[in-house]
Amino acid sequence: MDRPTSQRPIVHPYRRHTPGTQPEFLYEPYRSTITRSPRKPLIFLPHTLSETTGPVYGHDDVAEADHDLTLQHSGEPLGERIIVSGRVLDSNGRPVPNALVEIWQANAAGRYAHAKDQHPAPLDPNFSGAGRALTDQTGAYHFVTIKPGPYPWLNHYNAWRPAHIHFSIFGRAFLSRLVTQMYFPGDPLFAFDPIFQSVPDEKARQRMISRFDLETTQPQWATGYKFDIVLRGEEATPFET
Amino acid sequence: MDLLPTPSQTLGPFFHLGLTTEARSIACMASAQAKGERVWLCCRIFDGEGQPVNDAMIELWHADAEGRYHDCNANTGADPECPGFGRLATDEEGRCEFETVKPGRVPGPNDALQAPHIAVAIFARGLLKQLFTRIYFADDPANVDDPVLSLVPENRRGAIMAEPEPARPGHWQFDIHLQGEQETVFFDV
Repeated sequence: MDRPTSQRPIVHPYRRHTPGTQPEFLYEPYRSTITRSPRKPLIFLPHTLSETTGPVYGHDDVAEADHDLTLQHSGEPLGERIIVSGRVLDSNGRPVPNALVEIWQANAAGRYAHAKDQHPAPLDPNFSGAGRALTDQTGAYHFVTIKPGPYPWLNHYNAWRPAHIHFSIFGRAFLSRLVTQMYFPGDPLFAFDPIFQSVPDEKARQRMISRFDLETTQPQWATGYKFDIVLRGEEATPFET
Repeated sequence: MDLLPTPSQTLGPFFHLGLTTEARSIACMASAQAKGERVWLCCRIFDGEGQPVNDAMIELWHADAEGRYHDCNANTGADPECPGFGRLATDEEGRCEFETVKPGRVPGPNDALQAPHIAVAIFARGLLKQLFTRIYFADDPANVDDPVLSLVPENRRGAIMAEPEPARPGHWQFDIHLQGEQETVFFDV
């Protein structure tokens, strides 16, 4: 990857989050947070190169086929074929090119190909449920996969997770790293899911829901969902044009 | 155009299949040819009840022995043998071990040099967003005037010091306590 040469590193601080737009560490309805959330106040850290630089990771070994989760085995996985695409932007609206996007998910029956998943739903020998892609110069990425099913968990009586795809994104800085979940529009489980509801602000929660997109839907083949991802961006500098 | 960042969500208990397969994990953050003092860093994570956290992922990020980051944004002249990025899942004992070289001093606020340190991001089931901390090296003389350590109350600084293992030169131990009496110092980044 070509990187501009810089002799003297300059630190551009990044924007801080607007209160309510991200979950807090402790959200009691999600029970695992109770023993895993820090209780002492966090210490405010001015941004230094340690936070504003970011690693070169995965950039050289993402294969073209890594973005198509339906082609990783000899047969086709069962379920509803979907195309998930979107752009990675920063909070200044600028595209983030060359961002590594990693996804993992349950199969159409709501079962993960993971030894610790005990949900008595069938595994699909043709579906592993993991993929990766790099964004192009416009910040765009796309995946072909299977719509994951909802699945039960033990958080509370009759607890079910809404269908989701896990996303992990590397931006340009160690601090802008994001792990999130993409949901599907109109899921009846949203109201009952403490992980989704952990984000206090209603509008912020909507930003985790993809939208059905007829433009990227391909006739006789797959439906399309759009999911744009916004990473933290640098603070605006008055001298920039 | 102003946009609000996408909210974070937990990576859940099944992230291994996507993020920490053998091909995706990085335990060695600097090749054998990298310049600098070789270190092995054993990290362990405990929850508020003292139980090991066996479904966490730790990512580390540090500069080369001369304090330059192998940055994706700029060619800083950093040692190409020291990418400085690591990623591992914790095992059943809540543990994972990285190998690298001790980082050099990186410029900090007001051009003050920072003491050698490693930036840490912790992801886990039960963590709705990543926790940020730092690993410093106990007894490094530069710790005394580190501009970030000086923001941490003196009686808590020990919580972000890796401790050397007396019996094994080069080996360091760093325990992370998510909660409780010995709670690790976490940063609002």
